[in-house]
Amino acid sequence: MSAPAAFAARWSRLVVAVPYLWLLLFFLTPFAIVLRMAMSDADTALPPYAPHFEGFATLREFISKLDFENFRLLADDALYWDSYLQSLRLAGQTTLIALAIGYPLAYAMAAAPRHWRPVLLVLVVLPFWTSFLIRVYAWIGILRPEGLLDMVLGGLGLTSEPLRLLNTEAAVLIGMVYSYLPFMVLPLYATLEKLDRSLLEAAADLGATPVRAFLTVTLPLSLPGILAGAALVFIPSVGEFVIPDLLGGPDTVMIGKVLWNEFFSNRDWPLASTVAIVLLIVLVLPLALLQRARLA
Amino acid sequence: MKRLGPGLILALVVGFAFLYLPILALVAYSFNASRLVTVWGGFSTHWYGALLSNQPLLDAAWLSLRLAFVSATLATGLGALAALALARHGRFRGRLLFSGMVLAPLVMPEVITGLSLLLLFVAVDVERGFWTVTIAHATFSLGFACIVVQARLAGFDRSLEEAARDLGATPLVTFWTVTLPLIWPAVAAAWMLAFTLSLDDLVIASFTTGPGATTLPMRLYSAIRLGVSPEINAACTLMIGAVALAVIAASLLLKRGQAVGG
Repeated sequence: MSAPAAFAARWSRLVVAVPYLWLLLFFLTPFAIVLRMAMSDADTALPPYAPHFEGFATLREFISKLDFENFRLLADDALYWDSYLQSLRLAGQTTLIALAIGYPLAYAMAAAPRHWRPVLLVLVVLPFWTSFLIRVYAWIGILRPEGLLDMVLGGLGLTSEPLRLLNTEAAVLIGMVYSYLPFMVLPLYATLEKLDRSLLEAAADLGATPVRAFLTVTLPLSLPGILAGAALVFIPSVGEFVIPDLLGGPDTVMIGKVLWNEFFSNRDWPLASTVAIVLLIVLVLPLALLQRARLA
Repeated sequence: MKRLGPGLILALVVGFAFLYLPILALVAYSFNASRLVTVWGGFSTHWYGALLSNQPLLDAAWLSLRLAFVSATLATGLGALAALALARHGRFRGRLLFSGMVLAPLVMPEVITGLSLLLLFVAVDVERGFWTVTIAHATFSLGFACIVVQARLAGFDRSLEEAARDLGATPLVTFWTVTLPLIWPAVAAAWMLAFTLSLDDLVIASFTTGPGATTLPMRLYSAIRLGVSPEINAACTLMIGAVALAVIAASLLLKRGQAVGG
């Protein structure tokens, strides 16, 4: 091999190797540790925790110690079931509400005059760039007793006493819809903007009412956008921690919060790891949906 | 294009009001002279002055800025290399695993990313603080940086690189003189994205930090848990202003890049 060719090969290897090694070290290895931790017992895995690895004899012993004890614990305890179910339900409701608000918005953006569209797009993305914490905090100011919402509604004479929305499930839903709405609008806008409008004219020419044209032409054609948006809202909502913690009440136990509490309050690292693994398993289906929507 | 009907205008107004009113309210109340959030006591910049004497908050902000700077630089370097690897180096062994690892942190719940990295740091027994959070942030924003750069690499004319190679430039020279100048706007945009992601993160930092390294979101989070105060509003307003400036700068950069590079 000539010198420049050898150099080219080295460069090529370097480009791949550096990020590859980084990810093996800081993504895959930690993940393997979580998996191992999930199958360990609480007493042997308490911090300070050091991995024992001395040859294959210990490896066999190590493997024999792994079990699904924590998974059984999770399955037997109603608390965990309830929190997974509640997370899935709240994430599902968030997705539906975000779709109900996001679809008309994306539709109107796609129908707006061409020179407005880039501006509208930036306007949708901009709030997403401000800190997550700030956006949740803004809602605390609005929803808390005698907050802005109470002030406005009371001032209009619509309510006579505080609504007490903060620390309820409704507040969590509002916060999640608000935080993830751009994730719904962007893919919807992308599919609706590409939609061939002459199809709608054809439908109208053939006698379809606008509603019927929407239901039989626009809606099916925007399905990939709906699926992608739904997955992008649903996935982060399920594992959300900050919103249920700050806006939710004592009865909102979403799984991200359970994991956080197992880890920081109960200091049960193996159980926290098990909760994490099960959360990932729960997310496999929506992730597969997202992948399909991206390919479509 | 037809003009928008009243229904669509309503959809736009309702949608954008929902997105912006909460933030506007937050900004407005940062200028409230009264400590009570329910009472408007007149216009005042008092709370901004109070911020300047809040040393723990300032320390946290300075730490977060340094941390975001270092982690964004790392993430952009690694992400750009990853993008080059995926876009230019065709099929290499373990490509599927590689692209999976690049993209997985994008959809991974933050609690899991944080937990897994902490367990690694504990296992190798390093002191937790600035550098562990930096590594954690670089790892999770690497994927975002990679996507931004990859989109740019896909969009530009490869024959320019081939021409440089034909004229005898080594891959490294080709990269420095042809590829990098062309993808530069995307690299800058990727850096800003990684910077904001780091600045915004609460969950991963909470897991991977140690004593003495409290980031701004962690400080804000504990303040928010105690209740609403106009001082937090002022801090948030400053952050919103900084982010808005950065976003405008980034979109201008990307736009200019598109105009030049096609």
